Amino acid sequence: MTETLLFYGLAILAAGGGLAVVLSPNIVRMAIWLIVSLVGVAGLFFLLGAEFLGATQLLIYVGGTVVLLIFGVMLTATGPLRSLITPGLELVQGCLAAGVLLMVLTWTLGGIDWTVVSRLLPQDVRARSAHSAALSDGDTTTGLGLGMVGVSERELGASQGRRTQSSYLLPFEVISVHLLVVLIGAAYLARTKRRAGSPQS
Amino acid sequence: MSVQDGLEQLLGLGPELSFWAAAFFHGFLLFNFYGVLPAFFIWLERKVSARIQDRLGPTRVGGRFGWLQSVADGIKLVQKEDLSPLAADRWLFGLAPFIAVIASFSAFVVLPFSNGWTAVVAETGVFLILALMSLEVVAIVLAGYSSGSKWALFGAMREAAQMVSYEIPMAICTLIPIVIAGTMNLVELGRFQEGLVWNWFIFQNPFSFLAFWIYFTVSLASVKRAPFDLAEAESELVAGFHTEYSGLRWSFFFLAEYASMFAVAGIAVVLFLGGWWTGTGIETALGGLATVGQDFPVAGFQIGSYLLNLLGLGVFIVKCTILVFVQMWVRWTLPRLRIDQVMTTCLKYLTPISCALFLGTLLWGQLLAQFRGRPQLIGRPAGWLNARVETKSTEGGVLVTANRDAVPGEVVPERSETDGSSQP
Repeated sequence: MTETLLFYGLAILAAGGGLAVVLSPNIVRMAIWLIVSLVGVAGLFFLLGAEFLGATQLLIYVGGTVVLLIFGVMLTATGPLRSLITPGLELVQGCLAAGVLLMVLTWTLGGIDWTVVSRLLPQDVRARSAHSAALSDGDTTTGLGLGMVGVSERELGASQGRRTQSSYLLPFEVISVHLLVVLIGAAYLARTKRRAGSPQS
Repeated sequence: MSVQDGLEQLLGLGPELSFWAAAFFHGFLLFNFYGVLPAFFIWLERKVSARIQDRLGPTRVGGRFGWLQSVADGIKLVQKEDLSPLAADRWLFGLAPFIAVIASFSAFVVLPFSNGWTAVVAETGVFLILALMSLEVVAIVLAGYSSGSKWALFGAMREAAQMVSYEIPMAICTLIPIVIAGTMNLVELGRFQEGLVWNWFIFQNPFSFLAFWIYFTVSLASVKRAPFDLAEAESELVAGFHTEYSGLRWSFFFLAEYASMFAVAGIAVVLFLGGWWTGTGIETALGGLATVGQDFPVAGFQIGSYLLNLLGLGVFIVKCTILVFVQMWVRWTLPRLRIDQVMTTCLKYLTPISCALFLGTLLWGQLLAQFRGRPQLIGRPAGWLNARVETKSTEGGVLVTANRDAVPGEVVPERSETDGSSQP
């Protein structure tokens, strides 16, 4: 009952915010509605017990991306960006793309056997990363990393007999290093080029 | 045991009703604390700044020491007209102060005030609290943008640049206690520092000692206190992002700022300065008290451990207040940095230093474990960890040792008190 109420509240926040992003003509207000929508989604994550995912949503999207968006708009918004009216053809294209995405998502969600998922869930949601054996080795990071990607070390150890097993942490780290490389490259390309010998402006 | 269970047993409420009652109870307590705290700190700021500048500060309001000064300020601010400039985006202009208050208040929801006394026990508490506090920058940027004033816009741009950069060393510094303990749960991190003062994470190794000072510097910047208060640099930008605000909306920004000062100090205390423990071992000496008054009003509640938790609450608040006092001391002592110096300090010094400290902490634990058999140089005895895990079983807010006969290594799943976020 409580969860149902909270779920509907948060779902309205997420969906309503999303709708308002689409319907609002002012780009900064769009960003605000995007925050509303993202906070709603983060709330849904918290409701499901996925605190890490919820916090990541807040930190990266609300605290990072939206701030950068507003920051960019603040520096550039004159004329056309202040109010965006979508032309007719773009509207049709957008609706088509969104419709296809909706179909894909519905199809995927319909294909999942939720009875199996709900039986699997409770043990893993409560998975804890702190582990006494790891602590006395001074090796406190493996469990933490595994815990972050939702793998309980205890259960893993029980089933596999080994502590370190394949997880998504390594690919995750590799991707983040790639992102760093891209960022540095972008900063290099975007900085003001000065020819050697020319006076500093 | 949690407040929810207590209400269920004591008043015979149903689970739904007692959940809402417990949620309301926690919210009410926290929000009142959140409201009174800035009033006290603003008064303290007046007194501290006055003493540093060889003045007296407020002396008359409320009799001695001007202790009602903040209330008088509040009454004055409520009476002021709520103005908004013609060029402002009225809707966003009105919204921004509320976002600031919501962001800083939500940090208090996960902050542990004593052993297990936290509204929501989050498994990734440190990460969550940093994420929640980082939302405050949205409010500042919005306030600056929607004011329609150049001063405000400049303040907001500086703030955005500063906050986004300073989040990096802050996150890396908070990682250092996290890898020492192997958990991100703020309550667990606090419990690890039980006992004498060298069990505090700041004295774990030389790297964590330095990390505390880096964290403190960065936390000054993240709550935009001098010498990092570029967003409201009075000498250049009139009042920065809140130039156009007046009355109650203006005061909301300050409510958020002073509450955030306490919140970052609270994070520092939990992560480095022993949380709610006195560091004298007095809790261990009083350990017998924990079983006094067992099951008195309802089963599972102990008056003795409740009193011990009250002591912890006092210790925690005193430690935080001392840190906030140091923040004020720094503000009235050091001159403001220029914006390029702020960015240089962060990107060229604090970020590499915190990375090096993080690496050092990792190596320190591994090397000591290799050559000495345990990852600490001083402090906890060898069998400490197993004993700790055995006695760690607490149910919600009470310091109990109910699970002494449990299997070593068996970690009892905890219930968060309001359970709003982690219901299975």
